[in-house]
This record gives sequence, structure tokens and C-alpha cells, in this order.
Amino acid sequence: MNHTFPLLKVSRLVKSFGGVMAVSSLSFNIRKGELFGIIGPNGSGKTTLVNLITGFVKPDSGEIEYRGNKITGWPPYKIVSLGIARTFQMVRPFYQLPAFKNLIIPLCSPRVKKMEGGKYGDQDAVALDLLEEVGFERDAFVSYKVASSLPQGYLKRLELAKGIALRPDLLILDELFSGLSLAEVASIVPIIEKLKFQGKTIIMIEHRLKELFRIADRVMVLNFGEKIAQGSAEEVMESEQVKKAYLGTE
Amino acid sequence: MLLGTLVYGLVNSSILALLAMGFNLTFGISGVANFAYGAIYIFSGFLTWILLNSLGLHYLLAVVLSILCTALVGIVIYYIVILRVKGLALSEVMATFGLGLAIMELFRYFDFVGFRYTLPVFFDGSLSIGEVYIDYQRLIIALIAVGLTSFLYLFTRHTKVGLAFRAIAQDERTALTFGIDSDRIGALSMAFGSALAAVAAIVILPLGTIAVEGGYEVLINALAVCIVGGLGSTVGILFASVLIGYAQTFTANYLEPHWMMLVSLIAIASILTLKPSGLFSRQKELEERI
Amino acid sequence: MEKRKERIDRGIKARSEDIFALSSFREMLYLLAPRAIPVIGLLGATPFLSAYWQEVFISMAVYALLAISWDLLISAGLVSLGQSLFYGVGSYLAGALNYYWDWSPLFTIPVATVFGGALCTVLLLPVLRLRGIYFAMVTLVLPLMISRLVEATRILGGTEGLTGLDPFPDQLIALWLIQLALLATLFGFRRIINSNYGLVVRGINDNDLSVMSAGLNIYWYKAQVLFLAASVGSFTGAYGTHLDMFAGMPGFALDYSIMPVASAVVGGMGTFAGPMLGAFILVPLSEILRALGALRIVFYGLFLVIFVVGLPEGLFPYMQRKYHQFERWVTIE
Repeated sequence: MNHTFPLLKVSRLVKSFGGVMAVSSLSFNIRKGELFGIIGPNGSGKTTLVNLITGFVKPDSGEIEYRGNKITGWPPYKIVSLGIARTFQMVRPFYQLPAFKNLIIPLCSPRVKKMEGGKYGDQDAVALDLLEEVGFERDAFVSYKVASSLPQGYLKRLELAKGIALRPDLLILDELFSGLSLAEVASIVPIIEKLKFQGKTIIMIEHRLKELFRIADRVMVLNFGEKIAQGSAEEVMESEQVKKAYLGTE
Repeated sequence: MLLGTLVYGLVNSSILALLAMGFNLTFGISGVANFAYGAIYIFSGFLTWILLNSLGLHYLLAVVLSILCTALVGIVIYYIVILRVKGLALSEVMATFGLGLAIMELFRYFDFVGFRYTLPVFFDGSLSIGEVYIDYQRLIIALIAVGLTSFLYLFTRHTKVGLAFRAIAQDERTALTFGIDSDRIGALSMAFGSALAAVAAIVILPLGTIAVEGGYEVLINALAVCIVGGLGSTVGILFASVLIGYAQTFTANYLEPHWMMLVSLIAIASILTLKPSGLFSRQKELEERI
Repeated sequence: MEKRKERIDRGIKARSEDIFALSSFREMLYLLAPRAIPVIGLLGATPFLSAYWQEVFISMAVYALLAISWDLLISAGLVSLGQSLFYGVGSYLAGALNYYWDWSPLFTIPVATVFGGALCTVLLLPVLRLRGIYFAMVTLVLPLMISRLVEATRILGGTEGLTGLDPFPDQLIALWLIQLALLATLFGFRRIINSNYGLVVRGINDNDLSVMSAGLNIYWYKAQVLFLAASVGSFTGAYGTHLDMFAGMPGFALDYSIMPVASAVVGGMGTFAGPMLGAFILVPLSEILRALGALRIVFYGLFLVIFVVGLPEGLFPYMQRKYHQFERWVTIE
């Protein structure tokens, strides 16, 4: 077995809210450059896991290591400056601002400043370029429209752009495809593949299994906060446990 | 000395608890900002005085009328002011605070100032616990405080209305889907909170005079207790009242009375550094509001 | 026949953030006039006022500064019900430096401004992590408690305060100082809030989780904003100390907390010019109403309620809208 130093290492992570065990002694590794899918029925702890990794929620016990750094319990801004970015399941744009102004805020972060060599540069231009990369048509001036007037497909792309703007090495996408039509998903997939080609590691939480399985290298299945299967897409779908989790028993 | 401190500490704590309870019910538990609380307290005091002295009503009648009227005033404030700015926390605070200010200073303007404005005690006289004399009024304060706290605790946990109060603070939309009319429940919560203020006023004001400054004091004390105990937690209010009440009494008896305010400040400062959302609060830190 | 209100921009398309694409004097005047009026009006007209009205004006300027400082905090989502905390701290700092160590106003004022700002920021630091309502509660309670503490422990002069402090060498200097401070703060804060830094600050108010996930430490930003606002507030306190030659408990008075909020509510939150306008209206009004005694505060209170409920956007945005657009009734087809 080829031993590659894991980019992200999660060990025995536990989190409960009141009486509900959201994440239950979860352990897994992410390899650099792979597209790792996390799936599972509703309530299986996927979003809580993302919140734990990105610092929005503190775990009850367990360790999270990123590139050898123990980031358990770190606040979100510190974790971002190490190179992890996330998108939100419920899109959270700044509705009153034009689309490209939404990107100014991540472009003001210390990480971007560091990567630019200590200066911010022309943030407006960078924002417009980023939006074009995720599919905001330049000649239709969509980027200048106020966020509240944009449809869901564009808002999702904006959310993706906000993540990319942070120049992450690990990008976590929480249900990016939800609410999108097949055509919209098909147009976003090349963007994600391009990111992977650029060397970024990507974690995708998804419900849209067919679309995910086309691009994922490995998939992990959660149920009630526990890992019930991990492997390639085919391996995972063969598992009896996974079928039971999604479809229930006879 | 020690016995005296213990007994009077209990009284002090009871006073603080009574003051904080009404405020906590509307603001902490139901999420309805009511910074006119101090004004409502003073209002009910003056109203009772007017009913007793200018109208010459029987004490019991005046008390009941006063409580009912104050509750009504609470409802009126809710519908006229709070409802129109509901949802915008800042506007709620400012509007109710402004109203409270207007009410209190209106009393000052109409010259409700002076030593003749007092309320009578329930029973004259005192009893002795060991070598300590405690007047009946203070005893009644302690009893009522304990009684009301227990009642409120059970009320907010086991009655439909009490649970509705908590529901509209936690998630108004979901509460609506359960058939809880958040407007009416909010008004009810204001009514209850104002009635509690009236009860507190009727029991506590006989210890001194009814003064407009008292309204500000009430707000400060209620806020201090809520900050230390944790907004929204009945148990926390109780704890904080006992903590601050006894700390103040010990300071007054064993050190100097004028250090009492320092005690409250230290309590707040310590809480802010150690557990900013209060001792028993269930507020999550910002990050955990996912 | 139903009608609806239609708003149309005026013919002058010269609303830009940067100074380019202005093609005529008319456009420049359109943009410049609203900004020039306060500058010229203040610096030009005030030296000619009578002594009494100069005093009133200085009072207006002080409250306007407190209101603008409040506005900066609200732009970050921090509701301050205790601007008097900043005033009182600045006032006592300058007073103590002057009283105990004989420092001249030239030094007490800058030092009190910076240290006052720092002290208040440190005091309020723990509350920044909590929901907005705690900030409001703590800022309301702190100045009232500190005031009572001073009364009880009789430190810093107790109820009498520190008297006999040094005044400004010249009334005109006092006048110029406050006006320059006011204009600098007004235009300075407007610049800040319209910059990308200000965008982050406003983003924190709008949606702090989003800003957090963008890799920014929102508490650091909030602390910076708090320091700026607290410093401006402390400046007013230090200034007031040398104006009145006195520093005492009245520095923590409720008045200094309520007026800025009322001014901002009346004038329009978030616009900086709005709170200044509000102060310029409310302070002379209260001066005229002074004869009514306690009724004055009744007015403030009612004003607050009426404006919060009736005209929530405030006067300045209303005026701004009228300036940039005109409205007309149009029939619905």
C-alpha cells in the first residue's frame, strides 16, 4: 500500500449536542490532491463534521491534523490561513452588495495578502476574474448585479468563488449541487475538475450521488455520526450497510 | 453578626431576584425587549400610591387593581411600540428604553418627588430569629421571592403558556407552525413581566420611598443580575441574586457599606472574563450559532 | 384608477465614488455642495456667533461627535447604550492628568483620547464575543455603575469631582478644535466605511459567519472599530473637561448615552452625516426646551420612540433620497 502522508487526518472525533450524538468517534484520512466525497442520509453528521474541521464548532474529544498541525479547536480564521476553505450549504452572500463586491471580503483576508506577497492589489479586478472563472458571463455584466437579484445557480457559483478566492489547498464544498438543475451541475463540474487539476484537494458533501460518483476518487459514508463504509464509489454502493442506511431494512 | 448577615443577605438576594425576574421573563425567556422595565416598576408604585391616597381605596383592592393595570400597561406598550419594531433588536431596545425614560421623567415633571410617597407595609412589627430582629415585610419579600421563583420555574417548563414563551424566543417561525400566535404570546409575556414588576414594587417599595431614581436602579440591578446569572435562565437568576445579594451584605456588614456597588461591578467583571454569557446561560458563543 | 409612487434618478448622473468621469462644473457642484455646506457653514459662520450661541454650538459639536462614534459602532453591529462610558473615562483621564500631575491640555487631551480608547476597548473586549444584546446591556450598565462607584468610594474627587482644572487658552481655540475634530471624524469615518476595510466591517454586521469563513478574525475587526469609536468618545470627554474646567460623575450621565442614540435615530443610522444632523437638531431643541425641566427628557424619550417606529431610516437618508431622486405618482396600467 502506497503510504502517502495524509493532508488531513481526523482521529476519533466526537461531538454531541445535548443528547444527540452528531459525530461518533469518527476517524479518516484525506490524501493530497484527491476528490473525497462524504455522503450519508440526512442527519448523519456531515455538516457537523465540516463545522468541526473548519473550527465553527469545537469537538468534545478527538484530534484533527492538517499537514501535521493539530488544528483541533482552532478558530475559523486561523484554519483558513492554513489553507482550508469551505462553502455553506445554505448560501450566505451579502445580499445588498453586487456579486463581485461579495468577493472583496475574502480577498481582504490575511491569507490572500500573504499569497499576494504582502499587498492586496486590485481587489476589484481579481474579484471579477474569479467570478468569470466560475461562470459569471463577463459580457452580460452579471458580476455587477446585486446578489439579492441573482438566481440560485449563480449564488452557488458565487459561494464557490468565495471559497476559491481564499487560495485554499483544501476546499470543502457542502452540498454545492443542491438546488441546481442537471444542466447547472454539468456546467459546474468542469470548474471543480479544473481545481483538482491545479492540485487542490477537495472534499464534497453531497446528496446527488450520481453526479458525485462521476468525479470522486474515494467516498466515505456516514450514518448517525459513524463511518459505515469507505472506498471507491463502486465499493461503497455494494455495501449492505450503506443500502440499509439509505433504503431501510425490509 | 454572622446570623444577621445571613438573614439580611437572604432578604437582599430576594429583592434582587424579584427585580430581575420580571425582566428575565420578558427579555430573557420570551425574547421581548423591555427596557421600560424600571419605568413600569415605578409606575405601579405610584399608581398604588394614588389608588391608596388619592382615591382612598382599601389596600387589597388597590394592590390587585395596580397589578392588573400594570399588566395592561405592559400589553399596551407591546401593541403600540414593540410590535411595530419587532425583530429588530436594536429598535426594540431603543424604543422601549425611550418610552421608559419618558414615563419616568414625566413623573418627575409632575412633581411626584418627596418623602410622602411611600407604600404601607403588609404587617407592622418584626420577629426575632436568635438575636436578630427582622421585620415582617422583609420576611414576606423573601417568601414571595422563593415562591415566585419556584412558580416561574415550573411555569416555564410545564405549562402550555410557559413553554410558548420559550418557544417564541428560540425560533419564532417554528413556533408559528405549531399554532402559537407569537404576537399574542409576546403580549402575554409583557403582561406577566409587568405584573411581576408590580408585585416586586408593592413588596419592596414599602422599605423606602417611591423615587424616580429607583426606576433606573431597578433596571441596573436587573441587568446586573441577568448578566451574571445568564439571560433566560431562571436558575441562573436565582444563583446570581444569591451570589450578589450575599456578597453585598457581607461587604456592607464586614467592610464598608459604600463598597457594595464595587461588589456588583466585580461580579460583572469576573463573569465577563470567565463565562461571558452568564453562569447558567445556554447562550452559545458566536461560533456555535450554525 | 390606482396609482403608485415612482422614483426616478435626477438628470445628473454623477454619483461616483472616485473623482473621475466628472464632465462639467454642474456635476462637480452637485457632488461637492452637500459636502461643502457643513465645512463652510461650520468654519465660516461659527466665529461670528454670540458667546451664548457659541457655547450651544460647541455642545452640538460634542454630541455630534458622540453620535458619529455611535454610528461607527452600529455599522459593525455593536449597539452602544453607553457612549457616556467613553466620555466619562476620557473626562476623568484628562482631569486626573491635569489635576495630579499638572499636565497642560495640549498633552492631556491626546493622551486621554488614546488611553481612554484603549481602556474602554479592553473593558468591553469580553463582550465582543457574545450576541449583540449583551454589548448593549453591558454598555448601559457600566457607566452607571462606575458613577455610583466613584460616589461610594470617593476616589477621584468623589461627588465633587476634580475642580479648578486648566481651561483652553482661548475660546476661539476651543471652537476651532472641536470643529476640526468633528469634520475630520465625519469625513474620516465616511471614508473608512466606504473603503474595503469598511466593507468587511459592514459585512460583520450583515453576516458574521460569512466573514469568519472568509478567513477574517471578526473580533480583531470589532476591537479595532471599538477602539476608534471609544477614542473619539474619550476625546469629547477630555475636551469637555477642559471646557468646563471640571471632571466628575456627571461625565457618566445618562444624557451622554441617550443623546447620541436619539440623534442617530432621528438623523439616520449608518450615514455619519445623519447622526451629526440629528445632534444639530436635538441639541438646540433641548436648549430651547431647557425651561421645561424634566419634560426635556420626556421629549427625548418620545422622540426616540416616534422616530424608531415612524421614520426608521432617519432624516438624512430621506433628504439624500430627495436630492438624488424625485418621486411622482404614476397610474398603474
